[in-house]
This record gives sequence, structure tokens and C-alpha cells, in this order.
Amino acid sequence: MSSNLDALYRRVIMDHYKKPRNRGVLEDGSHTINMNNPTCGDRIQLTFKVEDGIVEDCRFEGEGCSISMSSASMMTQAIKGKKVEDALKLSKIFSNMMQGKEIDEEIDLGDIEALQGVSKFPARIKCATLAWKAMEKGLSEGEK
Amino acid sequence: MNIQDIRSQFPILDQEVNGNPLVYLDSSATSQKPIQVIETIEKYYREYNSNVHRGVHTLGTRATDAYEGAREKVRKFINAKSIQEVIFTRGTTTSLNTVAASYAAATLREGDEIVITYMEHHSNIIPWQQVAKRTGAQLKYIPLQEDGTLSLDDVRATVTSNTKIVSVTQVSNVLGTINPIKEIAQIAHEHGAIMVVDGAQSAPHMKIDVQDLDCDFLAFSGHKMCGPTGIGVLYGKKHLLEKMEPIEFGGEMIDFVHLYESTWKELPWKFEGGTPIIAGAIGLGAAIDFLNEVGLDNIAEHEHKLAAYALDKLSSVEGITIYGPHDPAKRAGLVTFNLADVHPHDVATVLDAEGIAVRAGHHCAQPLMKWLKQAATARASFYLYNTEEDIDKLTQGLVKTKEYFSDVF
Repeated sequence: MSSNLDALYRRVIMDHYKKPRNRGVLEDGSHTINMNNPTCGDRIQLTFKVEDGIVEDCRFEGEGCSISMSSASMMTQAIKGKKVEDALKLSKIFSNMMQGKEIDEEIDLGDIEALQGVSKFPARIKCATLAWKAMEKGLSEGEK
Repeated sequence: MNIQDIRSQFPILDQEVNGNPLVYLDSSATSQKPIQVIETIEKYYREYNSNVHRGVHTLGTRATDAYEGAREKVRKFINAKSIQEVIFTRGTTTSLNTVAASYAAATLREGDEIVITYMEHHSNIIPWQQVAKRTGAQLKYIPLQEDGTLSLDDVRATVTSNTKIVSVTQVSNVLGTINPIKEIAQIAHEHGAIMVVDGAQSAPHMKIDVQDLDCDFLAFSGHKMCGPTGIGVLYGKKHLLEKMEPIEFGGEMIDFVHLYESTWKELPWKFEGGTPIIAGAIGLGAAIDFLNEVGLDNIAEHEHKLAAYALDKLSSVEGITIYGPHDPAKRAGLVTFNLADVHPHDVATVLDAEGIAVRAGHHCAQPLMKWLKQAATARASFYLYNTEEDIDKLTQGLVKTKEYFSDVF
């Protein structure tokens, strides 16, 4: 079984699950969003500090499985310092990746690439996309 | 009861999933269907598909006879006094909603109480929340004992003279607890309340006698008891159903339609507006024939043994927490658990890679999850086609899960 599962539970995913980056709440955030996955009980809260169209900081809080929490951790890491529009663009790329679509090799996905294997586990795609959907919604309408 | 013989009647079980023989441990979500049920439904569509209760033609008569024949099978199955007390619905959820939207909405007043428990499925919580809001009635919860059972003292302490409805699940879909419905019904009746029973998890697994339980309403689903999806039953005492107004209006359920008012058919048809779930009801009838042939007592005994075996085996897995009564005598054939700090979704994914199907999540029982102080749990549930070998595989799968995650951690 392991080779198949190893494609899902990559070491870097487990690393983010065990040692989440940017976990917590930004007290001085400009945007906040709560989202949950009603079918499984996973929930996430994102707080952002957006200044001059740039995501200066971002934190996540929540509970869920290794895939949803590591994806949240990677997402915060990936969008910090990015323009809001670029963060939203990255979300589109991530969504394509989850649908198993080809991703432009030029794009440096960093740790996120490790989540590619999730696309082969249809039941778990929603786990991986929760944080990204929350980010999209938070940045487009979550202003305090 | 010959398990191999029973298994051979379930074509779906004979397959590999992710390179391993399927071990199906999710019957509390939905059971598998024996070939008799599949063929009965196919036969209806191939040979006598027709609408019921109308038309004079031969196929229509055959369909009506089969549909009403299924109702009689259900009546016998739960020992209702009359077929007038057996209403076909879409499932347990629709059945409970019908009681709430029709009976409760018409009878409840401000200050009245509806009493449920912390172990209810969302479908036995939300209809009551809604009707409480509309009528000004109060929704009250009977607390649980430490082991996930109900104490009759707590029932007595919660039910008062203001209580008009007590609604309790006969078997918890998470804890596996079997509740003392007969005793609770007696307490409800002493206070002038009616007793509603959620039988979704009990009807497939144990003999139910509505007259012996003396419940006023009983709701259950066909798909959890070897029948098809989309069909369920609402049993109600005739004198209560007679007073109730239908909640759906249209074809099938009318007596006379005038320009500005109409009258309803007699029971049970006044509650079955629109073309009924004909194939579903006939399929449910075939499922009941199948269950009767095996024998509900045999099924209950088999599952009871499996539950005891599972409790014993699973307890040996390092890091496991099992929820619900640890006394097998107090529980039905399911075991809900968590494995150390591995999230139940991850547990279910690793087990799935082994061909083992379990449920992970909140099991449509969020208030109970809160009581357990868990966001989610994993659940293995058994039915007549499961074996001790299935539980051995589950146990090995959990050991592997633990190892797999300790490796990557």
C-alpha cells in the first residue's frame, strides 16, 4: 500500500502538519475569514494584514486532517509578501493542480508541489482546497 | 446463519478495492443490497412499471398490488395494528420532519417542551429546533452518562408536565448505545407527552414491535436495511395520524378537489402526495423478506458477537480511544474510535488503501461530537455479511496506520 499512500503523505506535508507555519491569529489584521467543510467538520480561520495591495502577513487557526492543515500552512507561507492579485492567481493554479491539470513548469510552487498527489485521492481534494477557498473569499470580501 | 452463504447473495462484496478484497464496514451509513432486492427492483422496471392507484390496466394493478403488498410487509415487520399506520416516505429524515411539521407545528404552544438527547443525529435535532422556533416551544436535552448511555433518572428529571414530545434514537449511530425506548415511552406517556423513535439504526438490526414499545411515531430508512435509497417509513398511531394535516399536497393524496378547497384521502395515502416511490417500496418489501428469512434475532446475535469481538480486538491497538459503552451488552454493531493524534480522515484514507471502508467525520451528530470533545471520529459498522476476519483486517489496518504515521512523523 505504501507507494500509493506515499504519493499522498509526502514528507514535506507531514512536516507542515507537525510544525505548522504561521499558525495563530493576527490581532491587527485587516481581513478575517472563517470557513468550514460541513461534510467532515474541518474548520479554518484566516487573518490577513493587507497593505497597499500586498499581503504583508497571514495566519491560520483551525482543526482538521493532515492534508487540510498542511495545505493551510503551505498556503500562508506561499502568499506572504505577494500582491493580492498574485495570491488569487496562485489559488487558481492550485485549483487546477487539484483537478489534475497540467501546471506550467515555469511556475515555482515550492512546498505546494507536494500536494499534487492529493489529486489522485478524490475524497481528499476538499481537504486540500479548504484553506485556499477561504483565502480567496477572505481577500476578496473579508475586509474588517 | 451461514455467513459465506449470506455474503454470496451480496454481489458488491465480491470485488477488490485498491488491490485488496473489499472489507465493507460502513453499513450504518448505508447497507449493501442482496441480489433479491436488486432483481426485484429490476423486475418491476422490466415487467410491470406503471403508476399506482389509478388506471384500470393490468400493469397498473400489478404495480399497485406490489406497492401495497410492500406496505403490508412493513406493517408485519414492525407489528403495527393496521396498514393505515404505515406511511412511505423518502427516509428517516422526511419521516421525522413530517412529525415536526405536521403534528408538532399544530399542537405545540409557547411554554411546551420537546425533549431529545445529546446523542441524536442531526435529523432528530433540526426539525425540532425549527418547530420550537416557530411555536415558542423549548427544546431540552437529556444528558448522557459517562459511558454514553442514558439513565432513566435523567429522563425523569428532564421530562416534565410541560413536555409534549420526547424524541429519542433507539440506537446511537456514533456510540452504538441501545436506548431503553419502552421505559422512556412510559415516562413520556406518564407526563402526557408523545414518544417519537428514530429507528434508522435499529430497524435494520433488531426486532421492533411498535405495540410493545408503545411508541407514537417511529421513523426508519430502507437503504440501511438492505433496501434501496429514497424509501423510508413513518409509522404513527392511527388516532394521531388522523388528526394530522398532510404537509405535501397534489396528486395521489386527494379525495375531492373543488375550486377553492379539497378533501384528503384516508390514511395512509393522505400523506403520500405525488407519484409514490413505487420501485423503492417494492424493493424495501424484498429487503424485509430477505431479513425475515435470515431472521432478525439471528442478525442481532451475529452483530452483537461482532461488536464484542471488535471491542476486544480494537482495544489491543496502541493509542486507540473507543467511544460509547464498553459493555457489549449495551451496544449495537458499530465501533467509533480515534487513533492517537492521527486525524480520522487520515485513518480512513490509509484503511481505504487496504480495501477497508470506514466512515470518518462528525457522523451528522455535531452536538454529540462536542460532548465527546472531538472534532471528528472514525467509525466501523457491521451488518449480517461481516465476519470476524473483517475485524481482524481492520485491526491490522489500524496497526499499519499507526506505524505509517509514526514513520512519517
